[in-house]
Amino acid sequence: MVNKITQTLRQLSQSMRLMVGVPEYSTYVAHMRNAHPDRPVMSHEEFFRERQEARYGGNGKISRCC
Amino acid sequence: MNYLISKLGWLLVSLSGASAFAVIALNRGESIGAIWIVIAAVCVYITAYRFYSLFIANSVLKLDSTRMTPAYKHNDGLDHVPTNKYVLFGHHFAAIAGAGPLVGPILAAQMGYMPGMLWLLAGVVFAGAVQDFIVLFISTRRDGRSLGDLIKSELGQVPGMIAMFGAFFIMLILLAVLALIVVKALAESPWGTFTVAATIPIALFMGIYVRYLRPCAIGEVSLIGFVLLMLSIVAGQYVQEDPTLAAIFTLTGEQLTWALIAYGFIASVLPVWLLLAPRDYLSTFLKIGTIVGLAVGVIVISPQLKMPAFTQFVDGSGPVWSGSLFPFLFITIACGAISGFHSLIASGTTPKMIQTETDARFIGYGAMLMESFVAIMALVAAATLEPGIYFAMNSPAAIIGTTAESAAQTIAQWGFYVTPEMITQTAQNVGEHNIISRTGGAPTLAVGMAQILSEVVGGTAMMAFWYHFAILFEALFILTAVDAGTRAGRFMLQDLLGSFIPAMKRTDSLVASLIATGICVAGWGYFLYQGVVDPLGGINTLWPLFGISNQMLAGIALILCTCVLFKMKLDRFAWVTIIPVTWVCVCTLTAAWQKIFDANPRIGFLAHANKYRDSVAEGIVLAPAKSIEQMQQVIFNDYVNASLASLFMAVLISMLFFGIKTVLQARVINHPTTKEAPFELSPVYATTEK
Repeated sequence: MVNKITQTLRQLSQSMRLMVGVPEYSTYVAHMRNAHPDRPVMSHEEFFRERQEARYGGNGKISRCC
Repeated sequence: MNYLISKLGWLLVSLSGASAFAVIALNRGESIGAIWIVIAAVCVYITAYRFYSLFIANSVLKLDSTRMTPAYKHNDGLDHVPTNKYVLFGHHFAAIAGAGPLVGPILAAQMGYMPGMLWLLAGVVFAGAVQDFIVLFISTRRDGRSLGDLIKSELGQVPGMIAMFGAFFIMLILLAVLALIVVKALAESPWGTFTVAATIPIALFMGIYVRYLRPCAIGEVSLIGFVLLMLSIVAGQYVQEDPTLAAIFTLTGEQLTWALIAYGFIASVLPVWLLLAPRDYLSTFLKIGTIVGLAVGVIVISPQLKMPAFTQFVDGSGPVWSGSLFPFLFITIACGAISGFHSLIASGTTPKMIQTETDARFIGYGAMLMESFVAIMALVAAATLEPGIYFAMNSPAAIIGTTAESAAQTIAQWGFYVTPEMITQTAQNVGEHNIISRTGGAPTLAVGMAQILSEVVGGTAMMAFWYHFAILFEALFILTAVDAGTRAGRFMLQDLLGSFIPAMKRTDSLVASLIATGICVAGWGYFLYQGVVDPLGGINTLWPLFGISNQMLAGIALILCTCVLFKMKLDRFAWVTIIPVTWVCVCTLTAAWQKIFDANPRIGFLAHANKYRDSVAEGIVLAPAKSIEQMQQVIFNDYVNASLASLFMAVLISMLFFGIKTVLQARVINHPTTKEAPFELSPVYATTEK
C-alpha cells in the first residue's frame, strides 16, 4: 500500500516535470552508462540547461496548443 | 465473477448516463444542477473510451505492443525516452489543453448550453479524439515525425508545403486572438493589469533563482513563484484603491495592445531560461491546479444552470458572435470537440516518448476526452451566470451601449431579466469598475469561476480575489503562448522563407532572426490592433477566423489519417475518419464562404466593406472610424480578412484534392503502400519472451 502511494507520488512528480519538458535525470544517466559508456555524461545542471534550450530554444517545435 | 462485475459496471454506467440525460432533457423549462451535465458527459466519455477507442485500436489500427517505438529505437535519455503511460498522459494533456477549450464554449453559450454540450460530446468522441489518436499512431510508426513531414511522405512534397504554410497562418491568428482576450480582460482594470505585470519580475526572479541559486529545483521555485503570485493578487487590490498607482495601471485597449506587441518582441528574443521557462512552470502548474479546482468546485457545489438550454439566438442574430448554429457553432467550439492544432502536438514530443504502441489509445484518445471535459466545465461556468449578466459582459458596446442602464434595457428587450443594479453589483463583487462588454470569454469565465470557487472557499468577500486569480491564470498561460508562439512562428517562417531565400534559413543569424521575429509580431499585432479598435468587439471577427483556421488544420490532419488508412488497405474501416473529415470540411468551408460572401454586414466581410464604401461615397463617417481615412482602413481590413478566409478555403480544397488523389492511387494497388518505419521487435517484449 505504502509502496503504491510512493510510486504514484513519484509518477506524479515525474509527470509534472515532463509537462515543462524535463525528463528523469536518473533515466538519462542509466541510459548513458548502459548504451554509451565511452561518452561523457552531462551533469544534472548541464542536463537541465540542455533540456530548457531544447524545449524553448527553437527549431520551430510547438510545445503547446491553443 | 470478474465477468459479472464488469457487466454490472457497464450497466451502471449506461443507466446513470441515461438518467442524467433524462434529467437534462425533461427539465427544459426549469434550471437544472450542473452535476447532471457532468454525469452525462463522464458516462459518454467512459463508454466511448471503452468501446469506440478499443474498436479503433484493435480492429482498425491493430496496435501492436510487440513493435518497437521511436522511444526505444532512438533512445537518448533526452528527447526519446520510453515513458510510463500515466506520466506521458500528463505531459500530453498539459500540452494540448490551453485557453481554447475555456473560451470557445463560453462564446457558444449565447445559443444556450445544449448546442455546445451536444457538439462537445459528439465532436470529441467521433472526431477530436479520433484525430489525436490516429495522428499519434501514425507518427509513432514513423519515427515520431512531424505533421508536415508525414504529409510530405504520404501525400507528396507540395501538399506538405501547403499544410505548413496554412499552419503558419493559424499561428498568427491564434496569437492575435489570444492576445485580444488578454487585452479585453485587462483594459481599464488596474488590479488585473498590475497582477499580470507583476508576473514579469516574478518570472525573472524565478529564472535567475533556478539557474544560479538552486539549479534544477523546479518544484521549489514554482512554489515560491506561486506564493509571490498570490501576494501580487492581494497587492493588486491596494493598487486599485490608491489613486496614483491606479492611474499608472489603468490602460486603454490600445495602450495594452502596444505594450503586448513590444512585450512579444522582446520576450521572444530574450534567453529562454530568463523569462519563458519560469513563466511556463507557473502557467503549466497553475493551469492543471485550477482545472482540478474547478472540477472539484462544480462537482461539490453543483451550481444551478441559469442559462436556458436553447436561446432565440440559434437563428444567428446573437450579440456575442454572428451567424447561425450551422456552421458557426462548429467552428466557435474547436478545442474541446476537435482541434487541428492537436495534430501538431500528437506528432511532436509525445510519439517520441511512447513506450508501446498500445499506449497511444490511452494517451491520444484519453487526453482529448479530458480536454473535452475541461470545455464542459467552462460551459457550465458560463451557464451558471445569470443570462442577463452573461449578455451584458459579452455583447459589444455598439449593441448594448456603455452604461448599466442602457445595457439592462437592451438585454431586457431580448427577454433576459437583468437590472442596472445587478450589473453594478456584480462588478463591485469582483472588484472591477465595469463589467459591460468585457468580451473575449476570459472575464466571463472568471466571474463564473469566482462564483463557484467563492462558494467553496471564502464566500462573497473572496469573490474579487478569485476573479482576479482566474484572470491571472488565463493571462499567464496566454502570455506564455504568445512568447513561445512567436518563437515557434519565427522558426516556421525562417524555414518557409529559407526555401526561397537561403540566407533566411540561418537561425543563428541575428539579422535573419530579428527580421523573422519582426514579421511574426507585425502579423499578429496587425490582427490584434484591428480587433481592439473594432466596435463589435473584435472577437466577432477574429474568433471565427481562428475557428476556421483551426478546423482547417483538423481537416488536413484527418485527410492524412484517411489516406493512411487507405494506404494500409483498411478501406472498409476508412469511415472512421471519413465521417469526421467530411463534417469538418463541410462546416469549415461553409463558414468561410459565409464569412466572405454573406449579405449581412455583421457576418460577411465583403458586405461590411461595401457598407463602409457606400458611406464613404456619401461622405458619412461610420463608427468606429473618426475620419474618411479610417473608413478606408476599415475597408482594407475587411479585404485582408476576406482574403485570409479565402486562403484557408484554398488550402483546405487543395489538400482535399491531393487527399482524394492519394486515396484513388492507393485503391488501385492491391497491397499496402504506407511508408512506415520497418517493424522491429520491442526490447520489452524481447526480454519478457526470454
